[in-house]
Amino acid sequence: MVPKKDVLLEIKDLRIEGYSDEKWVEIVHGVDLTLHKGEVLGLIGESGAGKSTIGLASMGFARDGCRISGGSIEFDGMELTTTPESALRALRGSRIAYVAQSAAASFNPSHKIIDQHTEAPIQYRIQKRVEAQEDAMQLYERLRLPNPDEIGFRYPHQVSGGQLQRAMTAMAMACRPDLIIFDEPTTALDVTTQIEVLAAIRDIVDQFNTAAIYITHDLAVVAQMADTIKVLLKGEEVEEAPTAQMLDSPKEDYTKSLWAVRSFKRPQKQRPTGADAIPIISVQGIDAAYGKTKVLDDVSFDIYPGMTVAVVGESGSGKSTTARCITGLLPPTKGQILFNGEALPPRYQDRSKEQLRQAQMIYQMADTALNPKIRICDIIGRPAQFYSGLHGTALKSRVDELLDLIELDPAKFYNRYPPELSGGQKQRVGIARALAADPKFIICDEVTSALDQLVAEGILKLLDRLQQEFNLAYMFITHDLATVRSIADEVVVMQRGKVVEQGPKDEMFTPPHHPYTDLLLSSVPEMDPNWLTTLLDERGTDAIGEAANV
Amino acid sequence: MSTFVIAYYALLIGGSCLAAYFKKRELFLLIFSLTLVSFVMGIIGGVGALRFVTIAAGILALAAGTSYAFREFLIIIAPEGVAKELRTAPLTAAFGMFVIFTYAIAGIFAPVIAPFGEAEVISSAFAPADENMLLGADQLGRDMFSRIIYGARNSVGLALIATTLAFVMGAFAGLLAATKGGWFDQFMGRFADVIMSVPSLIFALLMLSIFGTNLAVIVVVVAVIYSPRVFRLTRAVAGNVVVMDYIEAAKLRGEGTWYLIRKEILPNSTAPLIAEFGLEFCFVFLLIAGLSFLGLGIQPPTADWGSMVRENATLISFGELTPLIPAAAIALLTVAVNFVVDWMLFRSSGLKEV
Repeated sequence: MVPKKDVLLEIKDLRIEGYSDEKWVEIVHGVDLTLHKGEVLGLIGESGAGKSTIGLASMGFARDGCRISGGSIEFDGMELTTTPESALRALRGSRIAYVAQSAAASFNPSHKIIDQHTEAPIQYRIQKRVEAQEDAMQLYERLRLPNPDEIGFRYPHQVSGGQLQRAMTAMAMACRPDLIIFDEPTTALDVTTQIEVLAAIRDIVDQFNTAAIYITHDLAVVAQMADTIKVLLKGEEVEEAPTAQMLDSPKEDYTKSLWAVRSFKRPQKQRPTGADAIPIISVQGIDAAYGKTKVLDDVSFDIYPGMTVAVVGESGSGKSTTARCITGLLPPTKGQILFNGEALPPRYQDRSKEQLRQAQMIYQMADTALNPKIRICDIIGRPAQFYSGLHGTALKSRVDELLDLIELDPAKFYNRYPPELSGGQKQRVGIARALAADPKFIICDEVTSALDQLVAEGILKLLDRLQQEFNLAYMFITHDLATVRSIADEVVVMQRGKVVEQGPKDEMFTPPHHPYTDLLLSSVPEMDPNWLTTLLDERGTDAIGEAANV
Repeated sequence: MSTFVIAYYALLIGGSCLAAYFKKRELFLLIFSLTLVSFVMGIIGGVGALRFVTIAAGILALAAGTSYAFREFLIIIAPEGVAKELRTAPLTAAFGMFVIFTYAIAGIFAPVIAPFGEAEVISSAFAPADENMLLGADQLGRDMFSRIIYGARNSVGLALIATTLAFVMGAFAGLLAATKGGWFDQFMGRFADVIMSVPSLIFALLMLSIFGTNLAVIVVVVAVIYSPRVFRLTRAVAGNVVVMDYIEAAKLRGEGTWYLIRKEILPNSTAPLIAEFGLEFCFVFLLIAGLSFLGLGIQPPTADWGSMVRENATLISFGELTPLIPAAAIALLTVAVNFVVDWMLFRSSGLKEV
């Protein structure tokens, strides 16, 4: 459905080099790209595929430590690679705009939103301050921000993440550019908020007939937004096709593997019944508070040995706080936590070594969860040494065994440091560290959300295999319902510190639902390109606005 | 027009032309502005001024050459990992390392290098330099050169011990405060504030007049004065580390505070601490020199650069440079250490040049 209009942006054989280890290395190897006026192109690929680099290059910009080493970038008849910096700067912001992944990090926290919005139009002398402000308010209204007349006069920290992302989209529209580059604009948002931002972006791009490059790693999202999809791998194009065709019949193996990622699913296990079946962890009516702010309200659920319980909810719903209560980092103000039927001391300092050993944790950010100055063998070896008192060759063979378990070659990784590893490898080391303690129960806090889909799938399969091998119980904290579908046995849905619904997975995914569960489930993007349209029609715009402005 | 002047300008103009031809913009600007300045200086100061410029440039070139050679030397003898780091060192840092190396040799082998004893009177007071005495004699007729060599051992050694002690105390307290938090952190913080609120020289003078001026007292007093700064830095650096997930993981494993500090936090805070060590060393060194100058530091007849400046200060009125030699020794070491520290700061924090 690409309308045959004039070509706005044409990139030919683009090559970009990055500076690392004291030499220039090519990171984008000759990519071609054509964008017509009013067209939306989706760029997808794993991290390191060069999506963002190409996105920035289409503004004639290369990041620090990168340079455009070959090819041509032609924007509306203008060759950007040979244009002087001053002319490029006049182009950016007025004719090409950029929306970054994290609006919170991209807004200057010490200026009001509207002042940042109007900066470009005033500087380019397109509008006077008053006109620019009125225009900003109109844009805010179009993007369905609450109180459009007033919201711009707040500072960035005074509005929510989804609202800020929409304000940033509005800012990009300020000069009515011909081209907007969206660099993962919804990745940092919850599913319920994401919908609102997606809808807003699509509306505004349609209304002003703006061309856009939409960069993301989420296929379902790009299916909603783009007319054409281009798949990238390691700086090279894999294939390009109109959205519907791409989704129905991908040609290349790599694309097919991307499409198939969400298909991993294992059968749901049943809770053990009978008198001797006691839950490994039983959370009984706990309340918790940070200072005077109550964050958990009467949370109760059980986790049985060998089962995976997924705890889902938006950010701020109390998922991670529950984990902190179980580990003893945050003593609950009310209620208790039973481990194998025995009450655990609320503070981790009061727990015995054995109690600490039985419950381990895997973290979301493997970067901060592994000490960068400690070798892999010591990271994994320490729990084994600490709990089981292993030494010398016994310790070494235990570490080798653990490395084998997580499918990393001991000979290669034994003496390495965490910064030398890729994201997925780091997460595997994090898993090995938890396993080294030989626990019965592991808390997985968003373990896959920082990873690419293919890598994440590998981690999920590994966790599943380990569960079967060692009869582990998992508490799986996530906001990604696709992950829940693939790995969970039971689901606990949380909202604002309360458990709103819980039960076996299959039951949870079949109606009727609690209204909140329903909202959560229906907000997960699907591969169907008409999904967003259908959903918005179903919900009606009011419901959306309401959901996003909570 | 002497041949020197003609050669001087020919060299400068030829150099700037070459730089322009090879499009070395910065080099061209440097040489050509030097040429222009030389025209003015030549008119005002005559050939003497031009000779001065030549000599200064020669010394600079010599220093740069020495630094470069010294860096290459270190790269060759150092093990692989260290050599890689050394390659990133700028010439200034190499120069700093060379100076520190020279001082260290002078200090360690002082009895071998110095021609005379530290307190040996060998000639009349303020005797001028001759073939026996490189730098002449001081106010009692002792050899100035020998005393400067011995001074390297005394002044630098003392400053090193005091700084190390300040670091051990401050860093340990800082790490403990960051790990423990709560009232302990508050208590240590306020205690450090109290020490810092007293001007350091006054505090040192007071302590030294109470406890007497032996070496152990000087070391402890100086260490106490400087440990709060180290404490603050360590606490701030460690504060950023203790919030990491790996610390949480170690805590949940049931590790003790000592393990946390030693294995998890310290390796992640060493870089800024080493840089701070160099910086503090300069301050400590200057404080000890100042104390010696005031007569409360190292006591005679032990050679010490600070007191040497004071003892020979009368010569300044006669336009003699002798008392400035120990002062220059202090200044050179301070600058050298700072060069090295700058490089380390740059490496550890990714500090970008403005």
